[in-house]
Amino acid sequence: MAQQGDIRYLTPINIEITKEKFCRFRKSRIKYIDYKDGDFLMKFVNDQGKLLPRRITGTSLKYQRKVASAVKRARHLAILPYKGDLLK
Amino acid sequence: MINRYETVFILTPVLSDDQVKETVKKYEATLKGLGAKITLNDNWGLRKLAYPIQKKTTGFYHLFEYELEGAEIAKLELDMKRDEKIMRFLSVRMDKHSIAFAESRINRGKKAAPKADAKA
Repeated sequence: MAQQGDIRYLTPINIEITKEKFCRFRKSRIKYIDYKDGDFLMKFVNDQGKLLPRRITGTSLKYQRKVASAVKRARHLAILPYKGDLLK
Repeated sequence: MINRYETVFILTPVLSDDQVKETVKKYEATLKGLGAKITLNDNWGLRKLAYPIQKKTTGFYHLFEYELEGAEIAKLELDMKRDEKIMRFLSVRMDKHSIAFAESRINRGKKAAPKADAKA
């Protein structure tokens, strides 16, 4: 048994370890985001087809703007849906 | 000013293969008539649309890459707008990164990327 004043937990408490976020375009040196590649752009939208924020994907601002315009172009050409339901 | 542009357009799925080829040829001719130098002519074939356009769920995609005087684009787009066979089109000016990307794609054995979900 634990002594007094000694706190014990039945399950180890979760200490949040935030993984280091990185911009995938910076890292892999992708300069151009192709709006014709629907599968790739699917990584940047949620299951409703909305753009994911930078806070989640870790993309840098420069490339987030490019992602946004690529997604919008893809939507116009019916490569990505404007709205969706359970896309993933 | 002469720039590099790319145009993607979607043709209605009601056309036969010959009609598709004919339409593509027609636009090739229009482009050449405007003084364009076509660098890439890529047919993606019949693809499923992400949402219905004009009550159609599939369409023939085609991609042109060309060098053209910027002011001439309006004429091409007007032509496409008047054409009932074309459901959608998009013309984009290519910057140096997209040109590099497009060229690398051609060199590494043509159209690897968009063909993945080509079957309708």
